[in-house]
Amino acid sequence: MAHDPDLFEFLCRMGDNTLVLGHRVSEWCGFAPVLEEDIALANIALDLIGQTRMWLGLADEVEGAGRSADDLAMLRDVWDFRNVLLVEQPNGDFGQTMMRQFLFDAWHLRMLEALTTSTNTRIAEIAAKAVKEVSYHVERSSGTVIGLGDGTVESHSRMQAALDLLWPYVGELFSTDKVDVAMTQAGIAPDPASLRAGFDAYVGGVLAEAMLTIPDGDFAHKGGKTGFRHSEHLGHMLTQMQWLQRAYPGSSW
Amino acid sequence: MYAQMVKSEAADDSPEAISFQARIDAGEKIEPKDWMPAGYRKTLIRQIGQHAHSEIVGQLPEGNWITRAPTLERKAILLAKVQDEAGHGLYLYCAAETLGVSRDDLTEMLLDGRMKYSSIFNYPTLTWADMGAVGWLVDGAAIMNQVPLQRTSYGPYSRAMIRVCKEESFHQRKGFDIMRKMSNGTPAQKRMAQDALNRFWEPSLMMFGPSDKDSVHSAQSMAWKIKMNTNDELRQKFVDQTVPQADYLGLTVPDETLKWNDEKGGYDFAEPDWAEFYEVLKGNGPCNRERLAARNKAWDDGAWVRDGLSAYGQKRAARKVAAQ
Repeated sequence: MAHDPDLFEFLCRMGDNTLVLGHRVSEWCGFAPVLEEDIALANIALDLIGQTRMWLGLADEVEGAGRSADDLAMLRDVWDFRNVLLVEQPNGDFGQTMMRQFLFDAWHLRMLEALTTSTNTRIAEIAAKAVKEVSYHVERSSGTVIGLGDGTVESHSRMQAALDLLWPYVGELFSTDKVDVAMTQAGIAPDPASLRAGFDAYVGGVLAEAMLTIPDGDFAHKGGKTGFRHSEHLGHMLTQMQWLQRAYPGSSW
Repeated sequence: MYAQMVKSEAADDSPEAISFQARIDAGEKIEPKDWMPAGYRKTLIRQIGQHAHSEIVGQLPEGNWITRAPTLERKAILLAKVQDEAGHGLYLYCAAETLGVSRDDLTEMLLDGRMKYSSIFNYPTLTWADMGAVGWLVDGAAIMNQVPLQRTSYGPYSRAMIRVCKEESFHQRKGFDIMRKMSNGTPAQKRMAQDALNRFWEPSLMMFGPSDKDSVHSAQSMAWKIKMNTNDELRQKFVDQTVPQADYLGLTVPDETLKWNDEKGGYDFAEPDWAEFYEVLKGNGPCNRERLAARNKAWDDGAWVRDGLSAYGQKRAARKVAAQ
């Protein structure tokens, strides 16, 4: 495969989203509110880490520079990460974690569905596998958002606070730049903006059932998927995630 | 062994108790609806409960390394393993519930210290090699006890053990694989591997509990087939299995007295420091406070979630009724 910088960039975006969110979700292991949630969160993290290995594995092939999926995950610094800001936000309480998951899942499912018809067969294959897992993720996170939104006064107010906090990170999922234009023109990936209407309809329905109100305004933070300006949180996450590889370089694990 | 020093209740000599013992002697399984002596029920609740708690608290020392796993594959394997442990906790709590105690009741007894979990989980995991040592030694020791428990007299416990054992032997192999990689790695990795064995050797031997060959409680549990072997038998078997594995890895078991004994067909080895063991049980292990605090915090922080979801469940049920 000839090196295509836009394709490499696109694959890093997909892989870094699942890498960073998978890592965040794995931080819950052993600390969830009930045992069943502990098991379910570990399942989601495992799916996301598995998807990361596929996306970054393909990114390695496309780049052809001998950087394996592990090298890409463990040896890049903040500025080379291409995940959206939403997924690097800290876990907060369980409600904040589930709201972040829900907003991401609702985008992720639509993105993967579109990628199953990608002109790049490798991408279509990865998407076909991932879409099955993510259909379950969105079903589960939607159910939890509804249950907690329409639960007690306290659970409702915590979920509303989580939505208020995270909503400004939604817009970045649908922003379009030159990489997206190149992917759309090649028939590799959809124009992110084209996924917005489906997202809004689905998310609007779930949040209404959850008795939650989408905040006014369309302000959107950006800078994650382009790598221009991540939040301060990502560096701390990488400090932990990459520590062994950095402290003992050249070792085989 | 995830249940240590479980105090056994005494048997009675009623006609029901005598025919109950006859069923056990004949190798029959006891099922939840069958008559059983109160002492049998109580002892089992203690043992299964302690076992379940060990699975839950046991998530913490390994969970400690999930966010620092060195590769994506290692991270996935470790996460899957810790998830399996949560699953084991779930089967075991379900088995205990068949004896008439709720999971919430058992959880409260863990959180306020009335019930114990295995001493081993009060030791810290300090390097990546500890993920190998825990799988190799701790799961290895657990399997020694759990394999015979597949034949235990109480049906739900026996069936839970059958599922647990399948996963545990996979865990042990994965642990050994980490140890092999580390012992064949860089000098720093080899040092980590030896250091992990040095720190986990004695606590692993303690997992079987002190010698109980003369204990009346143990004899009763063995008659009920709740306990299948003495602690010493299992410990000997563990040492005999593990020492050649350490040799294969090129690691040194931290016991200068360790020596093969032709006559008994097993190794002679030093007893672990039982004074330390009793201190750990009293709450003075290196991580007792952190482990219980972590479980309490998770439970307390999650209260609003449990309340929220159960309130929603009730509302939904009420709406369904109203709609009918």
